[in-house]
Amino acid sequence: MSNREMAETRSAGESPLLAVEGLHTWFELRQWGFLRVGSVRAVDGVDFALERGEAVAFVGESGCGKSSLARTLLGLHRPTRGEVRFGGRSLGALKGRELKAYRAEVGYVQQDPYGALPPFLDVGRILAEPLIIHGVKARAERERRIRAALEEVRLSPAEEYLSKFPHMLSGGQQQRVVIARALILAPSLVIADEPVSMLDASVRVEILELLWRIQQERELTLAFITHDLSTVRHYAERIFVMYAGRVVESASVDDLLDHPQHPYTQALLAALADPDAANATRLREVPAGEPPSLLHPPAACRFHPRCPHFMAGLCDRDDPPDFEPRHGHRSACWLHR
Amino acid sequence: MSETLLRVEELALHYRTRQGTVRAVDGISFDIRRNEALVVLGESGCGKSSLAKALMRVLPRNVAHQGGRVRLGEVEVSALPDERFRREVQWSRLALVMQASMNALNPVVRVGEQVAEPLRVLHGWSRKRALDRAVEVLELVGVSTDFLARYPFELSGGMRQRVVLAMALVAEPELVILDEPTSALDVLTQASIMNALKRIKRELDTSFILITHDVATSSELADRVALMYAGQLVEVADAARFFGEPAHPYSQMLMASVPRLRQRTRPEPIPGQPPSLFDPPGGCRFAERCPYRFARCAQDPPAFRLGERHRARCWLHAENEGNPGGGR
Amino acid sequence: MMGGRWREGLGELRRYPSALVGMAIIAALVGLSLYTVIAIPYSEALAQWRGGEVWQRHPVNAGPVWLDRLTGGEAPRTRTVSSEAAEVESRAFEGGRRLRIPLAFDFDAGGFPSEMNLFLRAEGHDQRPFVRLVWQTPDGREIALGGHRLGERERIALSQDRALERRLGGLVPHIGLLADPRREEEPQVLPGRYTLLLDAVVFDAEASLTADLVLYGQVHGLAGTDHQRRDLSLALMWGTPVALAFGLLAAVGTTITTLVIAAVGVWYRGWVDAAIQRLTEVNMILPMLPILVMVGTLYSTSIWLMLGVVVVLGIFSAGIKMYRAMLLPIREAPYIEAAQAYGAGNGRIVLRYLIPRILPVLIPTFVTLIPTFVFLEASLAVLGLGDPLLPTWGKVLNDAQQQSALYNGYYYWVVSPAVLLMLTGLGFAMLGFALDRVFNPRLRSL
Repeated sequence: MSNREMAETRSAGESPLLAVEGLHTWFELRQWGFLRVGSVRAVDGVDFALERGEAVAFVGESGCGKSSLARTLLGLHRPTRGEVRFGGRSLGALKGRELKAYRAEVGYVQQDPYGALPPFLDVGRILAEPLIIHGVKARAERERRIRAALEEVRLSPAEEYLSKFPHMLSGGQQQRVVIARALILAPSLVIADEPVSMLDASVRVEILELLWRIQQERELTLAFITHDLSTVRHYAERIFVMYAGRVVESASVDDLLDHPQHPYTQALLAALADPDAANATRLREVPAGEPPSLLHPPAACRFHPRCPHFMAGLCDRDDPPDFEPRHGHRSACWLHR
Repeated sequence: MSETLLRVEELALHYRTRQGTVRAVDGISFDIRRNEALVVLGESGCGKSSLAKALMRVLPRNVAHQGGRVRLGEVEVSALPDERFRREVQWSRLALVMQASMNALNPVVRVGEQVAEPLRVLHGWSRKRALDRAVEVLELVGVSTDFLARYPFELSGGMRQRVVLAMALVAEPELVILDEPTSALDVLTQASIMNALKRIKRELDTSFILITHDVATSSELADRVALMYAGQLVEVADAARFFGEPAHPYSQMLMASVPRLRQRTRPEPIPGQPPSLFDPPGGCRFAERCPYRFARCAQDPPAFRLGERHRARCWLHAENEGNPGGGR
Repeated sequence: MMGGRWREGLGELRRYPSALVGMAIIAALVGLSLYTVIAIPYSEALAQWRGGEVWQRHPVNAGPVWLDRLTGGEAPRTRTVSSEAAEVESRAFEGGRRLRIPLAFDFDAGGFPSEMNLFLRAEGHDQRPFVRLVWQTPDGREIALGGHRLGERERIALSQDRALERRLGGLVPHIGLLADPRREEEPQVLPGRYTLLLDAVVFDAEASLTADLVLYGQVHGLAGTDHQRRDLSLALMWGTPVALAFGLLAAVGTTITTLVIAAVGVWYRGWVDAAIQRLTEVNMILPMLPILVMVGTLYSTSIWLMLGVVVVLGIFSAGIKMYRAMLLPIREAPYIEAAQAYGAGNGRIVLRYLIPRILPVLIPTFVTLIPTFVFLEASLAVLGLGDPLLPTWGKVLNDAQQQSALYNGYYYWVVSPAVLLMLTGLGFAMLGFALDRVFNPRLRSL
């Protein structure tokens, strides 16, 4: 049975692993250290729930708030408003030991594998750090888990890598170490922020396959953040498309890629090509303008200034609610009204 | 068919480092016709940026060996002394948009002035005349006149990339080399920059060399594709041929590894890693990762001709044509 | 914890001849320090440097021996003619004894002694003995040097006998007594056998009388002597461990505390950082030297107190700004964010993730910082704020300056400590610059 089917057959009463409600993460801009001059609305009203063992993707351009969302989920930013609940407990209420325990529950894979590894530590030590911090005192136990983690990300034999420093590894190997580190505390949720965007084409697929396999084997919840829709199809079950701090569309992968509903998603897909010689002779349709400033976002629908279907008096006045134009497919656009 | 603009033969560029000699560009031959776009595709570290530097003669100090012949139009530019090359070829006939150069704009000079600058230096044009021309070129790349008096930091990444592009185009070069012009940009911005390039190519008589690691981007402009691996070109073909039925095993595997948006085939990773350029293996450099490897792969394969303007450096094609092209 | 990088870096050092020379100099200085500390214990060094009696048989302001060798001269060394080797004639008489002690020696050096003293020890006397001195020259002249009633220990300063000087035709006795009387102009040594005859009358049967005639040399030892007859090699040798310890401790003290404080400011940001920055800015405009002079004048010039003040003033120095600038981008590094995400605490992030990242860049700075503190200590000493007890290079320079050494031609007095200071600076600088190339890849040409 595939994960997808499992998610569907799961009893409705079971609470989701992670529930996000009305989440806002704003960053205050201050002048001279105290004078408030405005707020960058990085995450501006996001709701979703992730089931256990589910792999989802958050897709959007830079500045859409996807990385801020990731950091809020990781507890690195405090939500300005709204709530993140993990296993039924509110993240905002966690302090000290509980917060530390939460950090063991959430693994983090970053974009730049070289930057994500302290260059002055060897691989063995890098992987030992989370274990030391979380009180795994016995050296033998640590070694066992480090070896297991390296084997799991296919860096074997582990001995060969333990004493290597990050700069001695290729980009793909570095990212494997980053993944091993994210997994070493046996988290139930892994957040991967653009895990392959800095890697070469041939390595990308390897890393995506690896993440996918680990997610399947461990029945992890995987939140995979990317700007590249083309890497999503085989490695996630659901997609959330983000624009200017909000989720504009969400659906299962195939449904969203084959039947995009929101004009922004449609524009994104139209801009992306699969390799084909005919591309060179076709101009792509690209909505005019640039993503809005998060300091002064447009009123109502954030996409309305660029939208080819803009309806004056509606799109610029009222926030579109989530419509469900297809079964299980949500889109925040007045077109579906 | 139109005339050949650039002919590169056995181009080589080796660097000297503490660890040894890096053979970044190791015997590369290709040609480009007028108004043709050649995409040099390759993974990071394959030497594709060094290829651009070698063509443009923007070289670091640790060059150990530089060789080969480059012919631009009627001129053997590889034989020109540096000073003449700079005066007669750089910018005016051959322009380079370097990787991340959109972040290298002078932060204290207005956009219009920056685009006009090459004309004033190269041709000694007056400020007024050069600015007028800059306005034309900026419009061509999709920057409206409102931006002329702005400073680079006031522009988005996409706009700055267009400005850099305008700087390269302003002196009407015959060939523009673009090194990863869109890799740092967002999907929509990328698409609109590629649109601008397509339009320019249609309107002007310019030829392009587009250097990229991204297969999908490469197909957006390519008339021809040159696939680079470990300092060598493994296949050069027309775009239709390359994206349709690539000949070299590496080309085939690379195409299969690309995640596709509209097809359900699962991408296949290429096992293994590219060889080190310090001491590339003898014989075929891809052999280690190649599923078709056989005894002859221990020898260095020449570039076999598979058709008019289609070459692949693979022993599998030795029998197909039996007509070795450039050789080593 | 960071084995590989360091081992790699240090291995690479071998490629730099300047690093090897620097390390050789540093090794030599460290070796000298260790030898000094073992051979001349601290308390003994302090006691000797206080001066006085111990040095009375050393010449005043004598140059180093090597200087004489270098100039090919035959300047006389210090020599002692002792009564123990002399054939003492003793004749008893009613109520006492008459002793004739001939202190005979051959003198044929190229120059005159710098001074002449006679040391007498008369032990076990109830009644003070009496001695009459006669100087016999090789050409048979006898010069009476007068009589003395002796205490238990007596120093007869022959050189300072003004009456004798007049009798010798205006020549100071240590020249006049040894000069060739036939030459009028420039006095020349009359080579041959001289005898200082002690004609003593002692009044006790048990009593003894010993005498040492010291002809002070014009050169002495490896380093010469100062105006207090102290052997400069003591100060130069002991100056080495003091200088190295001062430089090292001050460099370690300031670098580590500064680094930690800068990292704390960078990590916590907000008011912590602001406070550190303001404190630094205030401290940066405080002039260090005048403060040290004030502390030295009003409180104490102990070297360890000075060290403390230097370190304290050095903490909130420009270094904080420099480290802050280096640490700010590292604060935003993904690996720091990752560490937060897996639960690393603030202290751990500062000490284990922020600071180690810039250590390789700091090592060279640290090495080149050591001699600046050595120089600072020397400068303080030259300003008269040297440790009152410890012999240091700076204090030697200070003495030299006060005695107008250069004006008086005692170049060695200034040159030797200056050379040692320069060697220290050179050694650490050569090593530091090489380290900079190794650990600071931006400076490295490929």
